[in-house]
Amino acid sequence: MSGADGLLLDIRDLTVELRSPGGLIQPVDKVTFSLDRGKTLAVVGESGSGKSMLCRAILGLVPSRGSIVFNGHEAGRLSAGVMNRIRGRDIGVVLQNPLSSLNPVMTIARQIMEPMRCHLKLSKRESREKTLNLLGAVGIPQPHERMACYPHQLSGGMRQRVAIAIALACDPQLLIADEPTTALDVTVQAEILGLLSRLQRERNMALILVSHDLGVVAGVADDIAVMYAGRIVELGPTGALFARMRMRYTRALFDAIPRIDEPLQRRLPDIPGQPPDFSALPVGCRFAPRCASAGEICHREYPPLTADNADRHLFACWFPCAGTEVGR
Amino acid sequence: MVFGRAATVVWKKLLHLLLVVLAVTLLTFVMTDRLPADIAAEISGRGATAADLAEVRERLGLNRPVLIRYASWLGDVCLGRLGNSLATELPVKESLRSHLPVTLELLFLSQLFALLLALPAGIITAWRAGSRLDRLTGTFAFACASLPNYVLAMGMVMLFSLKFKLLPATGYTPLSAGLAANLKGFLLPALAIALVEWVILMRVLRTDLIATLKEDYILLARCKGVPAWRILLVHALRPSLFTFITVLGMQTASLIGGAVIIETIFALPGIGRLLVNAIFAQDYPLIQGTVLLITLAYVLINFLVDLCYGLLDPRLRKVADNG
Repeated sequence: MSGADGLLLDIRDLTVELRSPGGLIQPVDKVTFSLDRGKTLAVVGESGSGKSMLCRAILGLVPSRGSIVFNGHEAGRLSAGVMNRIRGRDIGVVLQNPLSSLNPVMTIARQIMEPMRCHLKLSKRESREKTLNLLGAVGIPQPHERMACYPHQLSGGMRQRVAIAIALACDPQLLIADEPTTALDVTVQAEILGLLSRLQRERNMALILVSHDLGVVAGVADDIAVMYAGRIVELGPTGALFARMRMRYTRALFDAIPRIDEPLQRRLPDIPGQPPDFSALPVGCRFAPRCASAGEICHREYPPLTADNADRHLFACWFPCAGTEVGR
Repeated sequence: MVFGRAATVVWKKLLHLLLVVLAVTLLTFVMTDRLPADIAAEISGRGATAADLAEVRERLGLNRPVLIRYASWLGDVCLGRLGNSLATELPVKESLRSHLPVTLELLFLSQLFALLLALPAGIITAWRAGSRLDRLTGTFAFACASLPNYVLAMGMVMLFSLKFKLLPATGYTPLSAGLAANLKGFLLPALAIALVEWVILMRVLRTDLIATLKEDYILLARCKGVPAWRILLVHALRPSLFTFITVLGMQTASLIGGAVIIETIFALPGIGRLLVNAIFAQDYPLIQGTVLLITLAYVLINFLVDLCYGLLDPRLRKVADNG
């Protein structure tokens, strides 16, 4: 198998085109990034920025253009059957809401065993054994008793642990977690996030972590991609990005995080306006209508995604922030 | 403790069902009494004098108030006695016993055909909703549903019996005369019923399945790389069967006494025809016995449907959560 160089996923000009009541829309527009084995990429943006659609496109669940190379294989050239195997075996997925993403009429054991039986052709006994280990690994107490439980008999946090166990069933090389903590209590959020990053290190998995919260991903991501209106507007190593946020949208997302060292009375700055409707995108930079520093060119031409020196820190802005340190 | 709670639920349900049986039989009794026919005149024959009629009424106990007669009938039922037909003087039980198998076989075969049509059609049209196949199936289904079953029956008789002479047009061959001959007689009537009933089943299954296929857990199943047939049959079908089972139960129950027209067209001696003939003769023990049987079957089927809900969805089982 190729990809020994460490490159696991390489995406070029990925575009998703969907029919909607307002005409053809592109919720994912010319997205390009790559991900090495064992690394974490966080995809951050407001709701409706195309993050979830990007995940589905990577999984081949929505029709897309552009190229997705996974493990050296061009996904567009693979048959439906092979794609099915890649989905369940090589890529694991955790969805946002553990209350609705587990099948209510199947026991959790059956749901975890299913991909093992489908893709790894494990016997019933082997897959039971493996399921028990997995339930232990994701931190479910008394896994023996929980095997026969139905999802409604577990708490939200437990359900998300089960969902993670399902995603890990076939020891995937890539885990896609689509807002895995959004639907959970704050205390449980930290636990689940910690669990994900621990499992990722232990198993040397690559992780795509989707979130609307820059603060959530800051501690776990190697790279951060900020999405706005279907496009990546800033992409770079976490350290570089936090040190010098070039896009005003990224800055605004960052400023919207409440901080512990500030007076409680401070009103959190919000971003005026709303993300544009996909069926009526502005000409030029899509953030321009909400941007305080937008000039004439911003309303005319879309800024290319580039770096201003040789580093990997890319941004799409005509008038990037000067690069003053954002202390934290 | 868990069993205790489940048992309480079952008992409550049974009590409720008993009340239904009582209400239905009482209502039938009163309504039969109000019929404009006179069973005494029927039995005495032409030229009977007023004294003859009075004597017959006295003998049959028809002079007593209707509630008293109902109470005495109910008492007999509790002792397992359904009485004799007034018209033929044959035991009611005997009539029911000879007519019930015909109805049950018709019911079983027609529901089997309806299921064989509705299940695959419902699943495929939900999976490919909006496709040409979906629209074609829908058109065919509505054509079926818009025809009354007796029109379909007549059409099939003309085609299969009179033109091609493949199947008998009417008549009932008991099972003792051979399975093939027996089934041949049931094929057309069962199809005539099924061709109308499968439509509603198919449509409710399609609607519910389409809703289920939009659920997050179906998305997750697709993310797991589960093949399409498994998503449909293992993940989506079971949570989508509630309305389907309910409608199936209602249709099955209504066939027990309600297939009169089909039974008449094909000359099948079923429960429906037995009841209609008994009503025309104001033969109240036979009417009561038949209605009792139909009600019991209704109640039993509904009870089974309720039990099925619990089987389909673990969240509905009355079992203490251990989570």
